Amino acid sequence: MILGIDVGGTHTDAVLIDGNRVVEKVKVVTDRIDLSRSLLKVTDKALHETNPEDLERVVLSTTISTNAIVQNLTSPVGMILASGPGLSPSALRINENCHFVSGYVNHRGIPVAPIDKGTVQKTGMLFKTSGIDHIGIVGKFSCRNPDIETDIEDALGFTFSHCSLGHRMSGNLNFPRRIATTYLNASISDIYGDFITMVTAFAGRFKASFPIFILKADGGTFEINQSARYPVQTILSGPAASIMGILSLAEFTTDAVALDIGGTTTDIAIFADGSPLLEPLGVTIAGHKTLIRGLRTRSIGIGGDSAAEFVNGEYIIGPERKGPAAAFGGPCPTPTDAMVVLGLTEIGDKEKALAAIGTIAQKAGHTAGKAAETIFDETCRKIARAVIGMVEEVNNEPVYTIHELLEGKRIKPERLYAVGGPAEPMAPAIGSILGYSVNIPDHAEVANAVGAALARTTTELTVLADTEKMIATIVEEGLQLSISPKFSKADAIGICKEKLRERALSMGAAEEDLELEIIEEHVFNMVRGYSKVGQNIRIKGQVKPGLISRCMKSAPAR
Amino acid sequence: MKKIKKTGLVFFPAFDWAISPTHPEREERLLYTQDQVFEEGLLDFENIIEYKPGLATYEDINRIHISVPDAEKVTTQSHLISAGGAITAAEKVMEKNVDNAFALVRPPGHHAMRVVHGARGFCNINIEAIMIEYIRRKYGPKRIAVVDTDCHHGDGTEDIFWHDPHTLYISVHQDGRTLYPGTGFPREFGGPNAYGCNINIPLPPGTSEEGFLFTLDNVILPILKDYNPDIIINSAGQDNHYTDPITNMNFTAQGYAILSERLSPHIAVLEGGYSVETALPYINVGIILAMAGLDYSQVREPDYDPALIKQKPETTKYIEELASALMKKWESRNDEKNKLPRSGQFESRTKSIYYDTDNIHEEQTESVRLCNDCSGLVTVDSRATTGNRIFAVIVPGQSCPVCRKRGEEIFASKSKSLYDYIYFQDRDCDVYECRKR
Ligand SMILES: [Zn+2]
Ligand SMILES: [Zn+2]
Repeated sequence: MILGIDVGGTHTDAVLIDGNRVVEKVKVVTDRIDLSRSLLKVTDKALHETNPEDLERVVLSTTISTNAIVQNLTSPVGMILASGPGLSPSALRINENCHFVSGYVNHRGIPVAPIDKGTVQKTGMLFKTSGIDHIGIVGKFSCRNPDIETDIEDALGFTFSHCSLGHRMSGNLNFPRRIATTYLNASISDIYGDFITMVTAFAGRFKASFPIFILKADGGTFEINQSARYPVQTILSGPAASIMGILSLAEFTTDAVALDIGGTTTDIAIFADGSPLLEPLGVTIAGHKTLIRGLRTRSIGIGGDSAAEFVNGEYIIGPERKGPAAAFGGPCPTPTDAMVVLGLTEIGDKEKALAAIGTIAQKAGHTAGKAAETIFDETCRKIARAVIGMVEEVNNEPVYTIHELLEGKRIKPERLYAVGGPAEPMAPAIGSILGYSVNIPDHAEVANAVGAALARTTTELTVLADTEKMIATIVEEGLQLSISPKFSKADAIGICKEKLRERALSMGAAEEDLELEIIEEHVFNMVRGYSKVGQNIRIKGQVKPGLISRCMKSAPAR
Repeated sequence: MKKIKKTGLVFFPAFDWAISPTHPEREERLLYTQDQVFEEGLLDFENIIEYKPGLATYEDINRIHISVPDAEKVTTQSHLISAGGAITAAEKVMEKNVDNAFALVRPPGHHAMRVVHGARGFCNINIEAIMIEYIRRKYGPKRIAVVDTDCHHGDGTEDIFWHDPHTLYISVHQDGRTLYPGTGFPREFGGPNAYGCNINIPLPPGTSEEGFLFTLDNVILPILKDYNPDIIINSAGQDNHYTDPITNMNFTAQGYAILSERLSPHIAVLEGGYSVETALPYINVGIILAMAGLDYSQVREPDYDPALIKQKPETTKYIEELASALMKKWESRNDEKNKLPRSGQFESRTKSIYYDTDNIHEEQTESVRLCNDCSGLVTVDSRATTGNRIFAVIVPGQSCPVCRKRGEEIFASKSKSLYDYIYFQDRDCDVYECRKR
């Protein structure tokens, strides 16, 4: 059995899954002061008839990292940047403890200037004396040659409690994002470390031992001890949990759109052939653009509790939420009240809903029925427009080959999957505007916990080979190998798959869930003068985000 | 503090297209540029917006070129995308989505002339010219200046706009006595109806930052100020760089960035530039930062050493004299133009054109009607070693009734027995017709 727990800001949800059946679902209010109490409470409830020894694994989705960043509960980080030529350092200064050092590699990973060890050591001393114990080291093009960062680390001359290196965060290009990612990773390492201690203590209270996994922003998991070095990967796992939940509850292999309609906001995600789309570069958090692999979601400020107003001849809905719906004692009319008035749902106090809709109807000179209908329509239309906008954005993503430009895949969703409180009354109307068929999965109210429980372990890996320099780099592992001038694309793909497999297994993946795929493969002949001097080979592979294998066999029982 | 501008970037490196595997115009050309642009995170700046290129249509090509036998036969998809990329850049500027835009696309176009029998100087169709005619068709008549900073003389662009007083073409390049295509001298000053609208600035080999920026400040910018165009386009070739393998100049990434900032083009379109690893990544980052009004002061090549590329004093002296001669010629352009005959008669020139990329020779007689009321009707009689002989009638934009009527008469009266194809291109009415033998 698998226990999936989603620790959200308001509620902590748990599901117990046996085979592919949800056998238990539990919701408790999150204790924000002491998360372990929520964990214990929800687990006790979920396991009341189950022996902990029967647990194959426990998967947690947590907001701990997200909250630490958003609420600024982070540790000070000493940043050392080898920025080389290009953008001016003033554009790269991420915090007040940012130091720039000389030395850089170029776009091919060829060292151009060595680091100045003396300066690095002095900087290390400065950090030490000012009590900074968390370090981030980032070099331009370090994803092409990690030596630049390891050399700096070696030259520091002191031991710090945490040191994050840029190339370990991602194999993708983007120096400013690498800086932000490395900084955030170092800044939350303490608070995340406390979380691990807490979870380990919590697990220790059971007589049984079971592996614990943590959900990442890309909708994949990693084993808890593996997560300790890369806490930043766990940000924004809340929306990821819902999306993976929809995938596991509905099971589909087509292009589709998923909506999580909440009180204040609605989250949109897109699936291509049944796989959730990832952000092209990385997710954005608290204004930081990062290289963190994450599911591509858009959040719009409209939901069941959005305030509805009549201004200048128009009904305006959201983005503000002034409180719950009037039907639940809230201060103003909302889409939920409109749905209550229209008889689309039977929740709350209908009289209060009618009264609230009545005031806005009077202002508009409409009947209450007409007002409710218009508010409801406009809410659904706004969400539908955002869906269309997001699909268009995905389809207009720049591409760099003629083949992709002329024949690249275009997303054409035909199905809408919706979860969240107002999903049942709203999804059919949104679907009909979009011309999509509509599906509301069972157990939708705990989709997040189901998603966490059933997500597989994911990771990606970049292999670069330069046959002129006779070097292959396995970027995220910080490895460089000597290769022969005859090293081929097939060789690079072979190494990528092998190392990717090892990496995924070490992160806790199960053998049967290693759905490896090569997502980028480029080979360029390098020509100098009029003759070929070598090949520049670039391979990126991933474990495809998805569900652990046994859920793929059949849909969960109803 | 610099003024931040909203800059559109149409980036299309065409990673799956080459003229041939080891040709300078190959898949690898913009690879390291992409690496550098991505690593610098330029696309994350709020004021730098990336756009996917559209596809140019054969109609877009037919507004500017006479393609033999037709536009489809002289192009591949790659050409439609690079011309389409330039058009996308222009549209974003014209629709005021952005303040300026850079089409970082390939293959280039500035050696493609009005008549196209094949590819020359790596170019099949002239992507800036197609873009310019697109702008005029969609947004109405415009005074447009093209400043071509590629190391090679843009003989194609010169040919296409030779008779057009509404387009000022300024080319700064390595002296044609020392480099392909061997043209681009100050005496090439525009056709009789557009005298003074074609400015060539041939610089000696070894010209460095100093010489380029002197030319910019003392020739290009003053002429632009006088001409007062609605739109400035930069044909942003990058082969003046000191590491370019097929040229002999000493320009730098910093120099290109300064030039972009001072020239301040509305639209820049990549042309040549074949130092793919040591120059292009830095030049392009410099140009993008400069166009966006961001700090480019830290952009430099890894091997940059000002002492190694210092301009010789005799080069400096030569450039100063050239500049003052050019400015004299520019200032007396109206007097000179008034001395030319205005008879309503036709004036002809003959040209021998070599298509180096496709190994084709063309012999051409081009005639223009001397006209006080418009750019003048143009006819072309052209024969190529492909075996094709064609005749073309071009009625210019903003044409006068007399030129139009004469054009229609000539097209109707041309005998099919002499020509394989007879073309009629009417820019005002957006008509393109072709009669086959
Ligand atoms: Zn050139
Ligand atoms: Zn005329």
